[in-house]
Amino acid sequence: MKTLKEINPGETVSVLAFNGTGALRRRLMDMGITKGTKIFVRKVAPLGDPIEITVRGYELSLRKGEAENIEVG
Amino acid sequence: MPTKIALAGNPNCGKTTLFNDLTGSSQYVGNWPGVTVEKKEGRLKGHKDVIITDLPGVYSLSPYTLEEVVSRNYLINEHPDAIINLVDGTNLERNLYLTTQILELGIPVVISLNMMDIVKKSGDRIDSLKLGASLGCEVVETAAIKGEGSLEAAEKAIALAKGKQTPAPQGKFSKQVEETLSGIAKAFKDILEPQRARWYAVKLFERDEKVLGPLQFSSEQKNKLESLILPIEEEYGDDSETIITNERYEYIAQLVNKCLRKNSKGMSVSDKIDRIATNRFLALPIFAAIMFLMYYTSVTTLGRIATDWVNDTLFGTWITNGATAALSTVGAADWLNGLIVNGIIGGVGTVLGFVPQMLILFFFLSLLEDSGYMARVAFIMDRIFRKFGLSGKSFIPILIGTGCGVPAIMAARTIENEKDRRMTIMLSTFMPCTAKTVIIAMIASTFFPKSFWIAPAMYFLGIAIIILSGIGLKKTAYFGGEPAPFVMELPPYHIPALKGVLIHMWERSRAFVIKAGTIIFTACVLIWFLSSFGWTLKMVDIESSMLAGIGHAIAWLFAPLGFGNWKGAVATISALMAKESAIGTLAVLNGVADPNNTQFVMTGIASMFTALGAFSFMLLNLFDPPCIVAMATTSREMGNSKWTAIAIGYQVVLGYSIAFIVNQLGSVLFYGASFGIGQSIALLLLALAVFLLIRPSSHRGTMFGRAGKAI
Repeated sequence: MKTLKEINPGETVSVLAFNGTGALRRRLMDMGITKGTKIFVRKVAPLGDPIEITVRGYELSLRKGEAENIEVG
Repeated sequence: MPTKIALAGNPNCGKTTLFNDLTGSSQYVGNWPGVTVEKKEGRLKGHKDVIITDLPGVYSLSPYTLEEVVSRNYLINEHPDAIINLVDGTNLERNLYLTTQILELGIPVVISLNMMDIVKKSGDRIDSLKLGASLGCEVVETAAIKGEGSLEAAEKAIALAKGKQTPAPQGKFSKQVEETLSGIAKAFKDILEPQRARWYAVKLFERDEKVLGPLQFSSEQKNKLESLILPIEEEYGDDSETIITNERYEYIAQLVNKCLRKNSKGMSVSDKIDRIATNRFLALPIFAAIMFLMYYTSVTTLGRIATDWVNDTLFGTWITNGATAALSTVGAADWLNGLIVNGIIGGVGTVLGFVPQMLILFFFLSLLEDSGYMARVAFIMDRIFRKFGLSGKSFIPILIGTGCGVPAIMAARTIENEKDRRMTIMLSTFMPCTAKTVIIAMIASTFFPKSFWIAPAMYFLGIAIIILSGIGLKKTAYFGGEPAPFVMELPPYHIPALKGVLIHMWERSRAFVIKAGTIIFTACVLIWFLSSFGWTLKMVDIESSMLAGIGHAIAWLFAPLGFGNWKGAVATISALMAKESAIGTLAVLNGVADPNNTQFVMTGIASMFTALGAFSFMLLNLFDPPCIVAMATTSREMGNSKWTAIAIGYQVVLGYSIAFIVNQLGSVLFYGASFGIGQSIALLLLALAVFLLIRPSSHRGTMFGRAGKAI
C-alpha cells in the first residue's frame, strides 16, 4: 500500500484510506481530503519537506509525516 | 438592543477586507475571553445600532483548534442575529464545507460570494441564484476589495435578522444518515433547543466532546446515542465523524457541479509566481533577499533614522527643552522638573521611539501576509524550525530580534499555532538586539580588545540558546504533547489592498503603544523615583539613592557571577529599563562626567570588574530578560500572566545560569581558583541542561503516534 508521502511531484493519485485519528485526521478531512478525492502532488519544499499538493482546486501544504497517514492509489 | 451580525468564513477569503469595508474606522480590537485569538468588532457604517463581529477565519466548526472553538462558542452562546458567511468564489468546494455547517446553526445566514471580480476575470461562471436556492439561503455577489456588494450583503443580513428568517433545512446527507440524524433529534428532543435540533443532532452523531461535555449524559442516554450511531458506522465501515465529513463533501461536489462553469485554462498568474517563489533552487535566495530588504529597511536604515529622530530630536531635544523652559517659567520645583523631564518624557519617549520602526516593520509584515508570501515562508522554513518546536514563521521574529526585541515579539503574531507562538515570543529576544550591542562593544573593547570574535560569538550563542531551548522546552509538558498538524493552505498570491495593509499596520502599532505604554510609564516613574531619592525622600545623587541602596542589598546575588558589587547590581537593574543604559549607568556610578568619552568610561569599567566578571556581566545582561519595553510587550502578547511569568522566569533562570556557569568554571580555568561548591553547582547545572536536552518527552502524543515517529 502506498502512502501520499511516497508519491513523486507531478503525479495524481486518489485517496483510499486514513491511518491517523483525532485532530490530524479531522483536519485533513476538513481541508477536503476525503476518500476518493484526487490529489495532485505539486512539489516538495526546497529543504525536502513539507510537500505541496493540489486538492479540490486549491493548494495545500502538509508534512511528509502527515502525508504518511494517507493511503493512496 | 443592537443587531449583532457575525462575519464567518475561511482564512484568506477576504473577510478582513469586508470587515474593514463595512465598519470603517469604528473598530475595536481585543482578544476573545481567555485566549489570545484576536477579536474584532465594529459598528456598521451608517447603522449605529448594528454591531459586526469578525470571527476568526476557520475551515470548519470542528472542536479541534482554538479558532474553531472560539467561533463555535460565539455562534452558539452569544446568539448573533445573523451571520454573513464569506465564501471565496475562486475556491468554492472547500469554502462551502464551512457553509454547510453554518447553515445548521439555526441562525439567519447570508452568503457573501466574494472575490467575484477574480472569478469573472478568469472566465468562470457561478450561478449564484441556483446556489442560493439549493442551500436555502440568500447569496450576494461581492468583491470586497473593491467595495462591491458589501453593503448589500450587510443590509440583507439586517433584514433577515429582523424577520428571524433561518435557512430552510436541506437534506444534505444520504438517506441512512438523514434517518439516523432524525432518530437522534427525536430521541433527545426534550433536552435540545428546537431551533438548533439539526446542529445538535449532527454534533451528537459525531460524538463531539465539546458538545457532549456540557450535556452530561447519563449512561442510559449514552447507550441510547451509541445504539443509534453504531449500526450506521458498521454499515459504512467508518467512524461517524468521517461519514459526516465525506457526505458533506459529496453533497458539495454535486452542488458545485450544478452551479459552477469552469473556464479551464492553463496556469494562473499566481501559479506562475509560485513556481518561481518556492522553486527548489530559487526559493532560498528569494527568501533571503526579501528578508534582507525587510530587515534593512525597517531596522537598519529607515526605521533606525526615524527612531533616532524621535528619541534624540523630538523627545531628546525639542520636547525636553520645551518642557524644561516651560517648567522654569512657572517656577516648578526641582523634583517636579526631574519627574517630568527625566521620568515621564524620557520614559514615554523611549516607548514612542519604537513606533516608527514598528510601523515600517508592520507595513512589511502586512504586505507579506496579505500577498500570500507569509504562508510560503512557513512552507520553506518549516523543515528547520519544527525540529526545535518552532514554526517556519518563527524565522521572522528571530531575525527582527537582532534589531529590536519589541517588534520581534509583535511579529510573532503571524504564527497561528499557540504553542509555536508562545515559544517564539519567549526565545526571540535571546538574539542580541542593537541595544545589547552597546554592552558587547564596551565590554569587548575594554577587556578583550584583541578578541574580534566576541561580538559574532554572542550572536551564535543567541542562536544556540534558541535552538537548545527549543529542543529542551518541547519536551516539557507546557510545550510538548501532540505536534500541531501542519496542514496549511497556500493561498493564491494577490496584490494586497493598500488600505487593508495600512489598517493592519496601524492596529498593531496602536495596540503596542497602549498596552506597553502604560506599563512602561509606570516603570519609568518608579525607576526615576528610586534613582533620584534617598530613603529620607530627599533628592540625592544616584550614589546615595534608594536604587543604590537596593543595589547594595542585592549585590550578593551577583557575587557568584563574579561582579558582586553594588555598581554592577544597579547597572543590571537599569539595563532592564533599556539595555544600552547599563553602560551609561556604569559611567555615572564610576564618576565619569561625560559618558560619551569612551576612554574614561572604559577606565571606569576596567577598575570595577575582572575580565571574567565583565564577561559574565555581559552574558547576564544579554541573556536575562530583555528590557522593560520588551517584557511589557511579552505580557501583552502572551495575553495572560501565567505565560508571561513562565517566559520571563525562564529568561531569568537561563541568563543567570549561563553567567554563573561561565564565572564559576572560568575562575578555575583562568584564575586558578580551587574547585568548590560553586563549581560543583555549575557542573550540576550543566548536567541538568544536558539531561533536559536528551531526556525523552514528558508528553508523548498518542493521537499522532505514527506522525510523531515519522517526524
